[in-house]
Amino acid sequence: MSLTTRLLDLLAGGVQSNPDGGFWMPEAASTGAPAVDNLFHFILWLSVFFFALIVGLMVLFVVRYRRRAGREEPEPSPNHNVALEVTWTVIPLLLVFVIFVWGFKVFLDLNTPPANSYEVLVTGQKWKWLFTYPNGHVDENLHVPIDTPIRLVMTSEDVIHSFYVPAFRIKRDVVPGRYAKAWFRATKVGEYQVFCAEYCGTGHSDMGTHVVVHEPGGFERWMTEVADFLNKLPPAEAGERLFKARGCAQCHTVDGGASVGPTLKGVFGHAVTLADGKSVTADEDYVRESILEPQAKVVAGFQPVMPTYKGKLKDQEITAIAEYMKTLK
Amino acid sequence: MADKGTAASLVTGNALAGDNYLNHTKGLRSWLFTLDHKRIGVMYLVSILASFLLGGIFALLMRTSLLSPTKHIVSADTYNQMFTLHGAIMIFLFIIPGIPAALGNIVLPLMLGAKDVAFPRLNLASYYCWVAGAIFSLLSIVLGAVDTGWTFYTPYSTTTNTSVVAMTFGALILGFSSIFTGLNFIVTIHKLRPKGMGWFRMPLFVWGLYGTAIIQVLATPVLGITLLLLIVERTLGVGIFDPALGGDPVLYQHFFWFYSHPAVYIMILPAMGVISETVSVFSRKHIFGYKAIAFSSIAIAAISFLVWGHHMFVSGQSNLAGMIFSFLTFLVAIPSAIKVFNWVATMYKGAIRLDTPMLYVMSFLFLFGIGGLTGLFLGSLAVDVHLHDTYFVVAHFHYVMFGGTVIAFLGGLHYWWPKFTGRMYDEAWGRIAAVLVFVGFNATFFSQFVMGSKGMPRRYYNYLPEYQIYHQISTIGSFVMGIGFIIIAVYLIRSLIAGKPAPANPWGGATLEWQTTSPPPHDNFALSPEAGDPYDLEAFRWDAAVGGYVKKSDAAVAVG
Repeated sequence: MSLTTRLLDLLAGGVQSNPDGGFWMPEAASTGAPAVDNLFHFILWLSVFFFALIVGLMVLFVVRYRRRAGREEPEPSPNHNVALEVTWTVIPLLLVFVIFVWGFKVFLDLNTPPANSYEVLVTGQKWKWLFTYPNGHVDENLHVPIDTPIRLVMTSEDVIHSFYVPAFRIKRDVVPGRYAKAWFRATKVGEYQVFCAEYCGTGHSDMGTHVVVHEPGGFERWMTEVADFLNKLPPAEAGERLFKARGCAQCHTVDGGASVGPTLKGVFGHAVTLADGKSVTADEDYVRESILEPQAKVVAGFQPVMPTYKGKLKDQEITAIAEYMKTLK
Repeated sequence: MADKGTAASLVTGNALAGDNYLNHTKGLRSWLFTLDHKRIGVMYLVSILASFLLGGIFALLMRTSLLSPTKHIVSADTYNQMFTLHGAIMIFLFIIPGIPAALGNIVLPLMLGAKDVAFPRLNLASYYCWVAGAIFSLLSIVLGAVDTGWTFYTPYSTTTNTSVVAMTFGALILGFSSIFTGLNFIVTIHKLRPKGMGWFRMPLFVWGLYGTAIIQVLATPVLGITLLLLIVERTLGVGIFDPALGGDPVLYQHFFWFYSHPAVYIMILPAMGVISETVSVFSRKHIFGYKAIAFSSIAIAAISFLVWGHHMFVSGQSNLAGMIFSFLTFLVAIPSAIKVFNWVATMYKGAIRLDTPMLYVMSFLFLFGIGGLTGLFLGSLAVDVHLHDTYFVVAHFHYVMFGGTVIAFLGGLHYWWPKFTGRMYDEAWGRIAAVLVFVGFNATFFSQFVMGSKGMPRRYYNYLPEYQIYHQISTIGSFVMGIGFIIIAVYLIRSLIAGKPAPANPWGGATLEWQTTSPPPHDNFALSPEAGDPYDLEAFRWDAAVGGYVKKSDAAVAVG
């Protein structure tokens, strides 16, 4: 779209936010996004106008009033002009007031969830997001139905994180010791990036996940399938799913690669050297102990930083993870 | 130079051959224990430029690492330490003392026609506080480089195992250095103005320094207390900010920004002062709207204390607080806009000289224009939610602080360079470097606006491939800028040895510092000068025999 058509759209009050995001914005996929995009573009074109005015006048003056042979001296002009100065104070004041009121109004809408919202609990911790659904299912991705208001109630296990979905134009700091709240209503089926926007240490830039927006009925089908996977899938496959969903994969690789924690490739059934120099065989009991009391037997060469999963993983889940580890040869 | 004799210097006003502040006393001790504001200013200048070099090296390393989304030249932890060091060094060691303590120290007493600042010993103490603070801050690199970001947000900063205490203790001492300078300048401006200089006869650079000094004295103690509380929490385990100990991390953010937002104006106000001086001198025009510019400096200083909450729109503060801070933020934009309009109006019907300092003025108006206007996006609550903590903020901040303050600092450095070194730099190279820095800067940071509004969060070591093109443009731009700065360093250093001797008034400024020799004598002025209108530029005319400007009334005498 050319600049003039855009400006005309703007003047007509009919700026349609571009669902692809256009040059400046990411894809728009929530009811809140177009409201933010319209204001963004209003400020943008206002800024372009004032910038062109200032820089245009500056360039014009430099060209016209350049000191050159035959034009050594300035021409007389007043040192101040009350009418001009009042004008360039009052007009910007009125314009910023418009931006202020508009921004506040959209902000309130972005912060006021409808009463019938579907609630998901969000936990941020170094360096993963976990989503707990009303039925108790925990997932590493945020699955939601389309066209449904979703309310997020968020807590942090350690430092400050910030839950950010660019496609929804929402962001909220997740401060330890407080509940942070956010809401959105997705308008397009698809997968959207989630970032952590508040710096939280080594893995900050890898603390991403996805929002998966399902078509009508799709969310319910997905939930029925995943809610019971422990009983339906073979234990090793269920273990693999837990391994990814519960954040184990954030620190442990399964291909022998280096990470925060030791790789789990070829560990099960073999001897492991501990930080205190002793050696232990990695059997079911060792795996179970390492999950529930991670600091009890730390592998040599690694920091004792793993959090306990006591109360977070059920026995059946721990068994499944141990079964999965057996397959990592 | 000695063979040229004193006769030449009487005509041009160059004092390299005779007695000046640089050769008035000799030896290392005469510098280390000097109470001369010009020497202290020069020591500050050398020190902050060394800090700028160090901070710049970290920046270029980061940009190089970000060329690829996945392949890196450093580890994630090293990257985190580098952006922390880049920020902390640039903010606390370079840009806060940059214009006031280095250029301001050299120029302020000269502009007032005074022999020195009000408290010369306090001035030297300020410098050594800076040195001590710098040592503590940089010691942290050896003890375990801090990885918190320059904002030291809790509870990350109270739980990380890096040497946060050394770094914050360093920043605490640096705060004293800043307070001493501010206090000194307030008293100097109140008490040492010359005959004929009422408040509205002060050069606007002095107004800028005055506004800055007020903020330095009133806001810096809050930072000191905050960092002290952080140290107490870390070392003694007293719960103030850490929720695990019963504290509140958002309280830290309030305390931190209560200083650090006004601090942004500590950085920009003196820069605006430099622009007010140079735009007028190089347009050969009286400044337009003197009183409006002077009052807007004070308005900015006052309102800047009330806007800190706009750093916390997504922190969970109440909607009411968000609304009030957003409103006040828009209010503080107005005085800055007024200044910009006045500067452009000053150029109207002038006789504009496009020397290096004027190129920096134009560069400033372009870049600070973008920096200021993009602040409107961030001040607007709903839009800020999307842009907060993305590269958009990084770009906005650099357009204001680098495109504004650093560019004005460079303009001021070139403008006053002949005065305090007694030498002219190479004008052709000066213009080439100014253009390179301008082009490189825009490539580096404009691309960051786009990736930021597209969602790229800041302080990321890895990123999604869709952002790579913007990162690559940004990195190439930073290399161009780096080349520009190398050129500046080379021709400035070279000018110290081979530069043409500078006349007393090479640009035709009407402020008092141009009425003494270049470089000035130890006591600044042979006779206490009397101040007139600091922007009465038409009282001066170019004199080819002098190679500089002379007062029209004195011209006959000087040529004769």
